[in-house]
Amino acid sequence: MSIKGKACIAGVFEHPTREARDKSVMQLHAEVAKGALEDAGLSMRDVDGYFCAGDAPGLGAINMVDYMGLRVRHVDSTETGGSSYVVHVGHAAEAIAMGKCNVALITLAGRPKAEGMATGTAPRVFGNTADMPFEFPYGPVTTNMYGMAAMRHMYQYGTTSEQLAWIRVAFSHHAQHNPNAVMRDVVTVEDVVNSPMIADPLHRLDCCVISDGGGAIIVTRPEIAKSLKRPLVKVMGAGESPKGQMGGKVDLTYTGAVWSGPAAFAEAGVKPSDIQYASIYDSFTITVLMQLEDLGFCEKGQGGKFVADGNLISGVGKLPVNTDGGGLCNNHPQNRGGLTKVVEAVRQLRGEAHPAVQVRDCKLALAHGTGGSIGTRHGSGTVILERE
Amino acid sequence: MTQERKLAAPAVYPETEVYWQAAAKGKLMVKRCRDCGEYHHYPRSICPHCFSDNTEWCEARGTGTIYTYSVLWRTPVPYAIAYVTLDEGVSMMTNIVDCDLKGIRIGQKVRVTFKPTDGGPPMPMFTPD
Ligand SMILES: [Zn+2]
Repeated sequence: MSIKGKACIAGVFEHPTREARDKSVMQLHAEVAKGALEDAGLSMRDVDGYFCAGDAPGLGAINMVDYMGLRVRHVDSTETGGSSYVVHVGHAAEAIAMGKCNVALITLAGRPKAEGMATGTAPRVFGNTADMPFEFPYGPVTTNMYGMAAMRHMYQYGTTSEQLAWIRVAFSHHAQHNPNAVMRDVVTVEDVVNSPMIADPLHRLDCCVISDGGGAIIVTRPEIAKSLKRPLVKVMGAGESPKGQMGGKVDLTYTGAVWSGPAAFAEAGVKPSDIQYASIYDSFTITVLMQLEDLGFCEKGQGGKFVADGNLISGVGKLPVNTDGGGLCNNHPQNRGGLTKVVEAVRQLRGEAHPAVQVRDCKLALAHGTGGSIGTRHGSGTVILERE
Repeated sequence: MTQERKLAAPAVYPETEVYWQAAAKGKLMVKRCRDCGEYHHYPRSICPHCFSDNTEWCEARGTGTIYTYSVLWRTPVPYAIAYVTLDEGVSMMTNIVDCDLKGIRIGQKVRVTFKPTDGGPPMPMFTPD
């Protein structure tokens, strides 16, 4: 059993807003759903499967299905943080392959910017967990958790701040062509390493933007996708895996991508060197570097060399990554970057990315998401997509 | 250099009451599995290495090595968060305290010290030897 080629992404939509003061979260969800359905050429009555994660208010799918007026026979609210929507693509393909639904809608939306959330430096609590008393009083926040991963990577592999900076530099080169991007200025390595230190060794420009908005994806049967007037983007493989503290055998030098990546590659029957474009979750520069290693684009510990000297810039380097500007420059709606990773991969495969960053004849792409915190516990989701 | 900041009290549950009672007496406890022999942290009633419920509390030596750390500067009172690998072999999240925040290094030997919380048991933290 495999999902290879059994489902297609027929519609995608990224909300153009980056600050949604006058909109509710559920309204944003509905707007992105409408956008993705229009992109696919389908109607809300065609949707019979609905997927959402923790950003959907209330009881998630139950409240959202009611609000949008959907009539569905399959729901899935798998919550793996920012990686959820990459995981949902795989789950939607499974549900379609098993005949549980024909048209799956995945939505994400949120407004941390409008709500004034200190995303990176304020402690966040995710429920009454057994780990919390042993962590929360120490002040774990998003930036110092990823900071600890970066520190260890530097210590163990000699990775430098300048190498990490190259990731931001590359995505800023892409973001200058994206009119919706939060930060469109092209930056230099010096700009990044001279920006204020937030949590050692991460500078402000090593961190993603905080933005409102959202996005949606439509996954459907190949027969339905073929009947629509859009390029055919097939789901070829998917992998998912959580990783935590291993009962105290903590190792922050790798992510769950070491498991989700090979699973997705094996299912698709391709290897990292076949990938022409990659969307890689970029909550921080270090997130990108570790995932590139873990997905097998370079050897473990060689990520610093791999990302340096513009190697991730489309048309310049060997592996174009995050041609929309990514979470570092474009958009990180609801502090969850997984959905927009899939959206830009689909744009590339359709030939609908900005001409300045479009990969020529892009046929095979990868989208990868991380959710939660690589400093403690996180989810990983990888999908491999192919244009027919 | 001191880093005085108000610490939130940890929630104490029956599963981990022993840990906090010991902390109040200045002792650091770790959980060990009688079946597979492995230590684990944070403490659980069932071993996360082999799923045995035959686990016991042991007093740790209270010494270890900094596995990694990060100083959060963009906050009213900067502080160092870290994972310290105890001599028993398990790593725990903690703070590195009572030292120059700019002098902290991975691989540094550290020793446990307890810091009061806001109305709860004290938290084990570490200071360079
Ligand atoms: Zn055991």
